[in-house]
Amino acid sequence: MTLPEIGDYFLSEEMMDETPAPVVATRRRRRPRLGRGVILLIAALYFLVPLYAALDFSLKNLQGHFSLSPLTQIAGQDGFTGAVLLSFKLSVTTLVIEMLLMVPTVIYVHLRLPRFRRVMEVITTLPIVIPPIVLILGVLQAARPYIWISSSPYLLAVVYVVLAMPFVYRSLDSGLGALDLKILVEAARSLGSGWITTMWRVLVPNLRSALLSASVLTLALVFGEFTMAQLDNWITVPVWIYNTSSNNPHVVTAIAMMFLLAMWLVLTLIISLDRSHRRNKGRLQ
Amino acid sequence: MTADELLASPTTVASSDQPGAPVVLDALTRTYGATRALDRFSLDVAPGEFVALLGPSGCGKTTALRMVAGFDSPDAGQILVDGVDVSQVPAQKRDMGMVFQSYSLFPNMTARDNVAFGLRLRRQRGSQRRQRADELLELVGLAEHTAKYPHQLSGGQQQRVALARALAIEPRVLLLDEPLSALDAKVRAELRDQIRALQQRLAITTLFVTHDQEEALSMADRVCVMSAGRVEQVASPAELYAHPSTAFVAEFVGVSSRIPVERHGDHVTLFGQEVAVRGRVPSADAGPLDALLRPEDVSVHLDPEGPGVVQHHSFLGATTRLEIGFADVVIKTDVASSLARDFALGTRASLRLAAQDVLVSPRRVPAPVVD
Repeated sequence: MTLPEIGDYFLSEEMMDETPAPVVATRRRRRPRLGRGVILLIAALYFLVPLYAALDFSLKNLQGHFSLSPLTQIAGQDGFTGAVLLSFKLSVTTLVIEMLLMVPTVIYVHLRLPRFRRVMEVITTLPIVIPPIVLILGVLQAARPYIWISSSPYLLAVVYVVLAMPFVYRSLDSGLGALDLKILVEAARSLGSGWITTMWRVLVPNLRSALLSASVLTLALVFGEFTMAQLDNWITVPVWIYNTSSNNPHVVTAIAMMFLLAMWLVLTLIISLDRSHRRNKGRLQ
Repeated sequence: MTADELLASPTTVASSDQPGAPVVLDALTRTYGATRALDRFSLDVAPGEFVALLGPSGCGKTTALRMVAGFDSPDAGQILVDGVDVSQVPAQKRDMGMVFQSYSLFPNMTARDNVAFGLRLRRQRGSQRRQRADELLELVGLAEHTAKYPHQLSGGQQQRVALARALAIEPRVLLLDEPLSALDAKVRAELRDQIRALQQRLAITTLFVTHDQEEALSMADRVCVMSAGRVEQVASPAELYAHPSTAFVAEFVGVSSRIPVERHGDHVTLFGQEVAVRGRVPSADAGPLDALLRPEDVSVHLDPEGPGVVQHHSFLGATTRLEIGFADVVIKTDVASSLARDFALGTRASLRLAAQDVLVSPRRVPAPVVD
């Protein structure tokens, strides 16, 4: 008897009629409340007024008249391209090290050391608690005997990995918390999958949202970090902006606005890609 | 053809080219802190046999299954598959298909990709593995759902995909860890019959963990009743029900009423008559005895002068279970539901022993009364 023939015995109309349980959404009419509106307005003003002020300043020339010249002068600024390139290389390096280090670690903690999660939470808040200036001075002191790393800009990437750890850990932690991790891993292993295949084919695709948000946060952090780059004497974008701000404040503000806009666009793109992926493939269980 | 007809057909016995492997669990012991989950647990499973591990929560049945799967290691003992000790072999190299209690499909893959996952790891070509996955999904009645993601399938459908996925790798042993417990009663009953029919047809050695005695008795060739990490009894469902070897098995499998009896040599006195003891007679050192009566061991009769009083009714469909109170004991017995209305609550009744012999066990010491 062939497999399809045996399968005839499995066809049961009642079972075939099974459909996923409908999700009943209860909608309540929401009444706009005055208090809620006021709070929203204050919050919006708090964020939007500085942005408006910066945008207004970046679209004026030295005489204080409206002009697009600050925007058109961006590409021609001395050292700008080098600073962007360095920040980009540091971002990519940080991201790669961060993911290679944190993804297996957080998965391991969830699977094998669940009691260690609280300790991990405390450990990962240390980079926020310790002032960046203390951190970088300590790292520079420790790295001084090793010229190959102390003279390389990638020392910054190593420190940025530590700085980004709190955000990446929390993002991965909540992503893994939404999965039935143990069962997925055991199911994959019972089918013959080793650890690397299980991570690559089963876990990482199901951590898509968590990995995306961790990546965006890491990129934003590296592109915005000033103190450490300045103290390690590397001209990244924030250092370049600081150095140039006294010569041409309008162009520098325009550049800062462009980066803000670029980061916002990347974030929007990632969120919309993720939403469309979820719409097509459905929410993770 | 229904699953029953399939089972009754002359070609029921293994039509697979590769019958399942024999499995021997030899004196497995596993301790977690102060808790001994398995205590020299031994079990032999013949090729193609379906054995259910049945027991209450915490009896060690899932621990035993996880050890066979390779997700846990014994502190002592051996696991032999086809005569080879696999105790130290990693899970991914054991070639065992497993269906889990909770839905374990990979959410990022379609039903077809889930089933093909194990084949992909075995480096089967794309077209071959897609064809095989489609065949298996057809086998479990999901030919129309190959492109659906797990969230688009019902619980029963997800478990059938999980079964197809486990079978796709042509496992030497199929492990089922309470795969039906999350399903509703109707789907559960249907899937139960279908798993059994498929297992018999493909002749895969199967270990099935459950705490549901009805599932175990209806599906398995043999049932291994476990308690506190040990084997209480391994027997066919009929043998287990009719001749439980311990009081635990008698009370855990089926329904039993415990009634104090007086010992007279190899007999006991029950309802005023001498009855033979079923199986081994406890030694005199065991002290006073209780009889363990199945509902069908006694018959109930309306009797205005009778010593019993009907205390409770439970409608079970064709039959109704009555609980008859006698002084300080309650005896459960079944009557046809059509007759149940005659036994209204408070009705006086008498009982007669319908069985030729009864199972006895040392009397359970009542818990001390605390003021």
